Amino acid sequence: MLPSSKHSLSAKTNFRRIWEGIVLTSLMFCATVSVFVTAAIIFVLVSESVVGIGDSLAFFQEVSLWSFLTDTAWAPQYGEGQFGILPLLAGTLWVTGIASVIGLPVGLASAVYLSEYASPKTRGIIKPLLEVLAGIPTVVYGFFALFFVTPLLIKPFAENVLGIEANIFNAMSGGIVVGIMIIPMVTSLSEDVIRAVPRGLREAGYALGSTRFDVSTKIVVPAALSGILASFLLAISRALGETMVVMIAVGAQPKLTWNPFETMCTMTANIASMANGDAGTGSVEYRSIYAVAFTLFIITMGMNIFSQFILNRYREVYH
Amino acid sequence: MNLNPSENLIDTATENLPGPAVSEKPGSPELATKIETRDLNFFYGPMQALFGISIKIAERSVTALIGPSGCGKSTFLRTINRMNDIIEGTRITGTVYLENESIYDPQVDVVELRKKVGMVFQKSNPFPKTIFDNVAYGPRVTGIKNKNELEEIVERSLKQSAIWDEVKDRLNSSALALSGGQQQRLCIARTLATNPEVILMDEPASALDPGSTSRIEDLIYKLKQEYTIVIVTHNMQQAARVSDSTAFFYQGELIEFGLTETLFRSPREKKTEDYITGRFG
Repeated sequence: MLPSSKHSLSAKTNFRRIWEGIVLTSLMFCATVSVFVTAAIIFVLVSESVVGIGDSLAFFQEVSLWSFLTDTAWAPQYGEGQFGILPLLAGTLWVTGIASVIGLPVGLASAVYLSEYASPKTRGIIKPLLEVLAGIPTVVYGFFALFFVTPLLIKPFAENVLGIEANIFNAMSGGIVVGIMIIPMVTSLSEDVIRAVPRGLREAGYALGSTRFDVSTKIVVPAALSGILASFLLAISRALGETMVVMIAVGAQPKLTWNPFETMCTMTANIASMANGDAGTGSVEYRSIYAVAFTLFIITMGMNIFSQFILNRYREVYH
Repeated sequence: MNLNPSENLIDTATENLPGPAVSEKPGSPELATKIETRDLNFFYGPMQALFGISIKIAERSVTALIGPSGCGKSTFLRTINRMNDIIEGTRITGTVYLENESIYDPQVDVVELRKKVGMVFQKSNPFPKTIFDNVAYGPRVTGIKNKNELEEIVERSLKQSAIWDEVKDRLNSSALALSGGQQQRLCIARTLATNPEVILMDEPASALDPGSTSRIEDLIYKLKQEYTIVIVTHNMQQAARVSDSTAFFYQGELIEFGLTETLFRSPREKKTEDYITGRFG
């Protein structure tokens, strides 16, 4: 009895060892997929824009980095073609800036409301609604911007209040709608960190004779600041990368302008429209897509690194 | 009864007192009533946590609330500064008087009440700010902006809570760098800075080592010269050491209330005796 049972034990051990090996390998494969994809994307971006592979030239071998960064026009199709990133960058900054001005304060305020003021019942109604807002496809937001915000809000406001003409495609309505779109993200991420502030801190605040507003603004928000900043940066990254809304509502004319009621073009919308257009593979127009994408990649990566830095720097200032 | 005879409300409540009146306290017969509750019932939703609590707490004395976990002593403590208000679904009947004022009256400003009735919690909870900003928090909320005035208040409060010498050179470093006992004394200083009349303490030393505990106890002894202190404690020796009167709570009821010495030496109630001799709880 003893030897055979010993044998079956070791057989099981072998089987388990193989099974563990399979599990380990497949989990590791899944974990490395994203790493490989990121590496591949960086490889493609760099090879098409900075260093050419084989006979083909890279974008920056045809267009100098200096003119890419300083030219004030983006017009690849005309004549020699002009490849200044500034108009696209301006479009992106306008939209992201307006979106941030709208989305960040409203998102934070609703997070504070949900966590500090709302009764459980109210929160039970509002939170699911915010999730619905987060689940709406961006193309719907785009049409909301073009057919509701622009004609009903932006145009009357620009014409009656400011006395200027607003283009049907304009950075303002796109920015506002992207701002609305990032509200749920800011709210849910900020609310998580705000709720994580220990109850004891709130009680201490109330016990010292603070109003709810004092507790929210002087204790809770400062204690949750690092997480709130991280949620802001993630939301800004999201606004930077937003494509569909800006394609529909902001337009496709790269323009370096101080007037947000004009049509513009963002980096993302430019990439999308160029990729759909008739830029022939191997042409400089085609490779300009990669240069723009590379620029966008650097900006969003910088934002992510910065938000990681902020998170690590200020993490768990309370215990 | 030495209690202010002009207050007829107190006379009628005297019969309800389950224990000997506060005024029997030897050596200090002149202490007036600071806090009085009458037929206080408290509910968490459908669950009743306090049953008809009537008690008179003398000013400038230490009153200890003892009893097994869940007996309602912390709940009772938190009715005195209306901290239970911030918990959803709580309800109260009966009255709590701070001197002559019924603190649950609709016109009472709870923010003002909490400035008069400070509270120190079981777990030290300094704000993640500097030591200075922690103590200056209360005065700032009240609207004091003058830097000299704030500095004065901070120094006075830190001295009162016997932590000034330890922190005077690092007022601008984080309060979280302090040890547990120092944090708790800082929290006491923070409470003193709002200039309260009453200080409620919810097991202020239960998370501290013996050395820090005895410092807190010394501090309590000192503070009762000026303040009315109500302290919840699980530690019988602590109650015996620091308090003048002791109230024993059991299952939401006030079983016995009297001078600490009397209550510990010759309790009237069987339950009190069982509890203080360690037979349950």
